[in-house]
Amino acid sequence: MSMAAGAHLEVKGLTKRFGGLVAVKEMALSVRAGEILGLIGPNGSGKSTVMKLIMGIERPDAGSVRINGVEVAGWPSHKIARMGAGIVFQHSRPLHRQTVFENIKLALLPDKLTRLFADPEIDERVRAIAARVGLSAVLDRRPATLPFADLRKIEIAKAIARDPQVLLIDEPFAGLTSKDTAAFSELICELRDDGRAVLLVDHNVKSVARLVDRVLAMYVGECIAEGTADEVMRNETVRRVYLGGSIETAARPESSFRDSIAPFLAVENVSVHYGKAQALENVSIHVHAGEFVSVVGLNGAGKTTLFNTVSGFLPYSGDIRREGASLRGLTAATIARNGIVQCPEGRELFTDMTVRENLDLGGHHLSPAECANQIGWLFDLFPILHDRQKQAAGTLSGGEQQMLTIARALMMKPKLLILDEPTLGLAPVILEQLSKALERLRQTSAISVLLGEQNVTFALPHADRVYVLEHARIVWEGEPARFAAEAGTGYL
Amino acid sequence: MRSFSTARVLLFALGVIVLASFLPLGVSGYILGLLTIAYYFGVFAMSWDLLFGFAGEVNFGPTFLIGTGAYAAGILDNLYQLPIWICLVAGALAAVIGGVVLALPALRVRGPYFGLTTLVAVLMLQNFIVVAAGLTGGEIGLVVPDVISVSDTTNYEIALWFMAISGAILFSLSRSPVGLILQASGQDAVQAGALGFNVTKHKLAAFIISAFFSGLAGALMVFYLGTASVGTLVDITVGVQIIIAAVLGGRRTILGAVLGAIFLIAMSEALRPLGDLSNFVVFAIALIVVLLFPNGLLGLLTGTKENI
Repeated sequence: MSMAAGAHLEVKGLTKRFGGLVAVKEMALSVRAGEILGLIGPNGSGKSTVMKLIMGIERPDAGSVRINGVEVAGWPSHKIARMGAGIVFQHSRPLHRQTVFENIKLALLPDKLTRLFADPEIDERVRAIAARVGLSAVLDRRPATLPFADLRKIEIAKAIARDPQVLLIDEPFAGLTSKDTAAFSELICELRDDGRAVLLVDHNVKSVARLVDRVLAMYVGECIAEGTADEVMRNETVRRVYLGGSIETAARPESSFRDSIAPFLAVENVSVHYGKAQALENVSIHVHAGEFVSVVGLNGAGKTTLFNTVSGFLPYSGDIRREGASLRGLTAATIARNGIVQCPEGRELFTDMTVRENLDLGGHHLSPAECANQIGWLFDLFPILHDRQKQAAGTLSGGEQQMLTIARALMMKPKLLILDEPTLGLAPVILEQLSKALERLRQTSAISVLLGEQNVTFALPHADRVYVLEHARIVWEGEPARFAAEAGTGYL
Repeated sequence: MRSFSTARVLLFALGVIVLASFLPLGVSGYILGLLTIAYYFGVFAMSWDLLFGFAGEVNFGPTFLIGTGAYAAGILDNLYQLPIWICLVAGALAAVIGGVVLALPALRVRGPYFGLTTLVAVLMLQNFIVVAAGLTGGEIGLVVPDVISVSDTTNYEIALWFMAISGAILFSLSRSPVGLILQASGQDAVQAGALGFNVTKHKLAAFIISAFFSGLAGALMVFYLGTASVGTLVDITVGVQIIIAAVLGGRRTILGAVLGAIFLIAMSEALRPLGDLSNFVVFAIALIVVLLFPNGLLGLLTGTKENI
């Protein structure tokens, strides 16, 4: 067994199971000193789990993680950190009572109980690090008073304070403006040029292409391609995962939908803020009665925010109308009871209850006869659920759970079903079953569906119309057949 | 808003303590007695705040630590008539050992389960005291042959300066590098670990320190009251009062806990004419303060506003 000269991080045969789900399977990767490796994959592909396994936040079931030749697989994360690994988390959680200065200082403290007074030289180093990441002007401020980009800088400052030889960065550019992105890219390049091994984790090649030396693409826990950014973007498997092969669409023209009064759902100029970050900016979409509409967008584009706003969970500006009547002021429960039902991304099944009990709960407002009738229809739609009736929902596979989630939502007899990333973390074979069920739903019922996806392959065939959501805004609208030509390039 | 420097806060607190040490010249022995209890309560509440406010662990059983220290000291004095200072040291040590025995398994579980574990520990101690009546005095209480002093003034000054020293140590600790690591461990254990900190070690240390001061204060209280009983030192209600005092005073402030403790005891005294209703009113006021002013009394006084 030979080890690449100067390799700082070497991962082999890394495997992690969560219950029956294999999240990471036999992963191998290596990052040399002075190199940036991009680890990309769609949501649920296991890339974040790989990062957590390397850092010791999760324990691997099998495999080896070597930092500078030392085997660290299975060590607690504080020991791995001391071996020279550092991580920049996607979500910043600074200490709010402390200043930026103290937040950075924390990362420089030794892990000792006896150190009641910090060395004076630590203060010098805090200032030097702050100058490097561009926080010098705000050292005395509290995190709550800072813009989002500065909070990310605090996270980077903390990670580099420990002078890690191996640096893991989770979605470095999520939520940043293009100007901040440029500054961040420069900083990451500098860190590489210091001779560190950098692992960047992100969703697609495009966002990291200019930065990385090599790219490794993952899908459902396995490596599907490795090479330069160009090679990976040209790779057939990668293209199929991200864009689908030849996309078959069966769209019905928009003019074929006749609304009696107004579109079933009309979102008009809706904006949503999370504190300082704008999650939706003047978004307008509509769904006709009986129409299947897909909202395509990468992680963080604002899909879930859009759906949660429609479902009445978030405050917004603008207007949302159902058949012409404003939904403003209605509670989430009322909106759901009146026929707009959401299947959340997290599925949120009652895992200890059986399949049948979950379905019965969804239909608790129906009369027993109606309920039985509806369950019969659903078993027809999802035959596998019929066979699994008495099984606890938690023991189902990911795909079966997703079907149960949809079935439970359908028990409420919705007029509009909102599906938020139903394909999250599902294997291709399962996607096909789900796909068939959706197609039957489209052909045999009068229901409208609003589908949010980053998996274009899945989103397009089921759509009559497609919206593309990017950085909180709708940037494209049209028929699925035109998507690949007009909007597809951003999805590699 | 900038926070006050540690040295300046301690200097100000010292001034207040020195002023308070002249109180025996002007007030009755009865009031001194109340304040003596309030000061010990203050130490209980400060110890609790170190564990919750900084390490982020909700300990529903502060009285487990207090009771262990108090009864260990009391029983030693009762059985062997050892010098009081040896009993005090032994009480503090017993609380630390009890704390470690409790914390080692409890720190493995997360969230509400830690709190439940500590709650059950109190119930176990309470039952043990009742069952082992021969040793502990059972439900009647344990009478110790020695007291530190019969003078109200001496007892008052001991409690005051004990509280002052405990407060200075706990407060300085909370503002030290160790306190910073502790806070990081409490708020985001995953990130603290990834920064190279052994989270369990730091939380265990916080538990030990909390146990030491709780146990010592409990033991001192026994030699002030001359008795130890479940109702005054171990009962869940006592634990709840300590928690209320800490939250009322301003959590994550350490010193606020003293204000909360004095406020609670002063209120129940002032409302004594209401009879059985007095406790109800005190708790109602506490509830209102906690709901309306989540930063507590200290937050009100210093005008501190926080998001979390």
